[in-house]
Amino acid sequence: MTYIAKPKFAHPNLKPNSLGYTRRDYEGSVSTLCAGCGHDSISSAIIQAVFELEIPPHKIAKMSGIGCSSKTPDYMMGASHGFNTVHGRMPSVLTGANLANKDLVYLGISGDGDSASIGLGQFAHSVRRGVNMTYIVENNGVYGLTKGQFSATSDKGSKSKGGEINHDAGIDLVGLALQLGATFVARSFSGDKAQLVPLVKAALLHKGPAFIDCISPCVQFNNHNGSTKSYDYVREHNEAVNRMDVIVPRNPIHVDYEPGETKTVTQHDGSILSLHKLAEHYDPSDRVAALAFLSAKAALGEIVTGLLFVDPASQDLHDGLNTVDTPLNELHDKELIPGAKVLEALNASLR
Amino acid sequence: MHQIAAINDFVVKFANVNGSGSASANGLFAKSIIRSGVPVAARNIFPSNIQGLPTWYEVRITEAGKLGRRGGVDLMVAMNPQTWDRDVAEIEPGGYLFYDSTKPLPPEKFRTDITVVGVPLTAICNAKYVLPRERQLFKNIVYVGALAALIGIDLKVIEDALSEQFAAKPKLIGANHEALHMGADYVKANLKPLGLQVRKSDQVGDRIFLEGNSAAALGAVYGGATVCAWYPITPSTSLAEAFMGFCDDYRTDPDGKARFAIVQAEDEIASIGIVVGAGWNGARAFTCTSGPGISLMTEFIGLSYFAEIPAVIFDVQRGGPSTGMPTRTQQADLLCAAYAGHGDTKHPLLFPMDPRECFEFGALSFDLADRLQTTIFVMLDLDMGMNEWLCEPLAWDDSKNLDRGKVMTYADLEAGRDFGRYLDVDGDGIPYRTYPATHPTKGAYFTRGTSRNPYARYSEEGSVYVDNMQRLLRKFETAKTLIPAPLTIKAKQATNDGVIYFGSTAPAMHEALEVLETKGICLDAMRVRGFPFSDEVMDFIANHNRVFVIEQNRDGQLRSMLINEGQIDPMKLPSIRHYDGTPITARFIVSEISNLMGAPATRIPEAAE
Repeated sequence: MTYIAKPKFAHPNLKPNSLGYTRRDYEGSVSTLCAGCGHDSISSAIIQAVFELEIPPHKIAKMSGIGCSSKTPDYMMGASHGFNTVHGRMPSVLTGANLANKDLVYLGISGDGDSASIGLGQFAHSVRRGVNMTYIVENNGVYGLTKGQFSATSDKGSKSKGGEINHDAGIDLVGLALQLGATFVARSFSGDKAQLVPLVKAALLHKGPAFIDCISPCVQFNNHNGSTKSYDYVREHNEAVNRMDVIVPRNPIHVDYEPGETKTVTQHDGSILSLHKLAEHYDPSDRVAALAFLSAKAALGEIVTGLLFVDPASQDLHDGLNTVDTPLNELHDKELIPGAKVLEALNASLR
Repeated sequence: MHQIAAINDFVVKFANVNGSGSASANGLFAKSIIRSGVPVAARNIFPSNIQGLPTWYEVRITEAGKLGRRGGVDLMVAMNPQTWDRDVAEIEPGGYLFYDSTKPLPPEKFRTDITVVGVPLTAICNAKYVLPRERQLFKNIVYVGALAALIGIDLKVIEDALSEQFAAKPKLIGANHEALHMGADYVKANLKPLGLQVRKSDQVGDRIFLEGNSAAALGAVYGGATVCAWYPITPSTSLAEAFMGFCDDYRTDPDGKARFAIVQAEDEIASIGIVVGAGWNGARAFTCTSGPGISLMTEFIGLSYFAEIPAVIFDVQRGGPSTGMPTRTQQADLLCAAYAGHGDTKHPLLFPMDPRECFEFGALSFDLADRLQTTIFVMLDLDMGMNEWLCEPLAWDDSKNLDRGKVMTYADLEAGRDFGRYLDVDGDGIPYRTYPATHPTKGAYFTRGTSRNPYARYSEEGSVYVDNMQRLLRKFETAKTLIPAPLTIKAKQATNDGVIYFGSTAPAMHEALEVLETKGICLDAMRVRGFPFSDEVMDFIANHNRVFVIEQNRDGQLRSMLINEGQIDPMKLPSIRHYDGTPITARFIVSEISNLMGAPATRIPEAAE
């Protein structure tokens, strides 16, 4: 954890978004992670995505569990409330926060230890419950803070920094998320910001559980030969199914384009975005096909990245519970307390 | 042969088979006596089973209003062949045995010192009904009719109760009335009334009959709870289910939209996580559970203590440890609730004594959670939670507003008020908080379970940590002034002896005090209603030479807390403990106190009666 606030100093020519916030306004405290950590790149991508989407920083609730990844909410959106909860339990706390106020944007940040080991149950149930959230796992396949133990996403046969071979099967959170009913599922790589930023934007705009598994090499403990989560390994085995960009605000996500076709789009801020499909026959609107494709590629040792599945007509937990439009934390006494008269009638029925 | 003769003061016990439909008939029996103006204390004794195992329903008919369990049985309604021998053995000498006499039983199956009353229930039902299900269900109503005739309950009262029960299925009203009369008619034609009689009275007043779990759930509605996350566990499940029912009735908009959110979570850890998340975000939230759930929730309870997040837990206590006796009652979660969490933690507890207080404290707990920004436990138990108890009617003051505690608003922040999430501005140890998204640039902070300074910035500085821990202690001192004060019953004569008790022990204790007085033993009695203990509790102990502590667990948990928090000499607090899973009785308390009055305070008592 850091206690170093960033200086207020910023470049005078930073361009603000339409709300008047510069990208600097979406930053947080100074990161205390190791130099070169993939997680810092992900934080930077998240900051970029939120800035470009022009979400007022205080309308975001940043939630995390415990671990290197779970420290990062402190390093972004300093004007947002954040909650660094207990190990593996971010999903339940996020669920409760979401129930209390459906109007905020919920960003859950977790790691592979936090979500695939101690928190696998909560990960699964928050996804199947349809909580409206962006759930990012910063996946390095290793326990960093406790110095280099294998995590549950370490691939079978991969080698630790000390030369130990992992004999346990690795958990693929993307496959699980698909199976559990997530309505937005993507995988990306911390070293590929061009792919990651638009994915985060699309996830933040998605209604329902949006899951991004982001491979994020650990420069201290999992960036050596024999690791399947190192920068070199991921770059060599990365197979992107598509490149996706998002037009703000709240554009539909286009998934019905031809193979190889590129569409160019001009955003509000003048940047050019493109929608480009890379893998032929890949259809991100087909959950079953996505699972089959992933399994086939995994057997070849390839890491599939991109937007793997999206259901644009998704619903969330509040739809299921049919809650009122007003956030529950804003209801007044008279909307909550039935009053003395009701009690009298109840008493009468209990005699 | 001696026959017990009593009017409006005796115990009837029903021995049934779980799942045979007897529960509703037995409830009808109890309700009819209440409607005759005679108070009743009724308790289910049931196994952890859905169908087939033995279950009992004990009804104490008590014009004098003694609502604790009495112990002993005057009339046994023996409907379960599996438990026949022990049921017959339990009857007081001179008591009565009611049984289904369709199939003859050998004489050795009976006792010579009791009156045996046989009614051929199966034969009556087989002659009348064809469907096996009808034969079974109506048999229950037939025995209620027979019992009514034997002990003098007005059939009209039962008929009215049946008519209300089946208001939605009018076809069943006539059929049930008919079955009722079949039983009564048989008795009138063949048997004589028993020495035990119910006579109409006016001792019930405007009291109501309901379960503590329902009352607590209603308290949560009135306390403004909007989020409930729970995991099924006996004996707390019916609390969550009652909350669902009340919310459907009282918290649903005309267009069907819900002013509440209830989630059945995947486990108790997720339940409390959801509660903590909702509390952090400004909604009133609770979970309900029992001992095993508290064990699982402990890490989050520590987080709630240290990060100062409001939460409410209804703990409906059952027999522990481990899976223990899941369908039996105890008061054995006190220590694990009061000090839940690693490191130095303590949490306020409320001890309701009956459904009326379950409602009152249930509602209050949410104000306390917001005011104190911590977890509040409401400690029910199976006895009051899952049994219908006669209690004062529920009341609500419409002029009262919910107390949201110290929350800094947009206007406060705009006005430039200094916001330090863990800053003790008022000297009571309670800091101000902001809800997320209150203000675009002010009032945001990072919530964490790690040490931090008054402005919520991470710090492992020793002095900063100690200051914060000291502030949390100041807050706990403040809690003493907010939890319900203890109530004292002074003995008629001045005495140096006292007794402290709490929760569902109250009715048995009150009865015991009267009995002890007739034996010349005078005790000042204090009912503690929450933790931390107020100064009044410690003064009470200081002002007496000896104070008995009565509780329903093995280790004297309340006593340990009194000793721990008040630096009390253990010798001053003789312990009386009842923990066999049945509710404590006045008989037990009287016998233990009588024995201890002359004996050294350290005597280890027998296991429960």
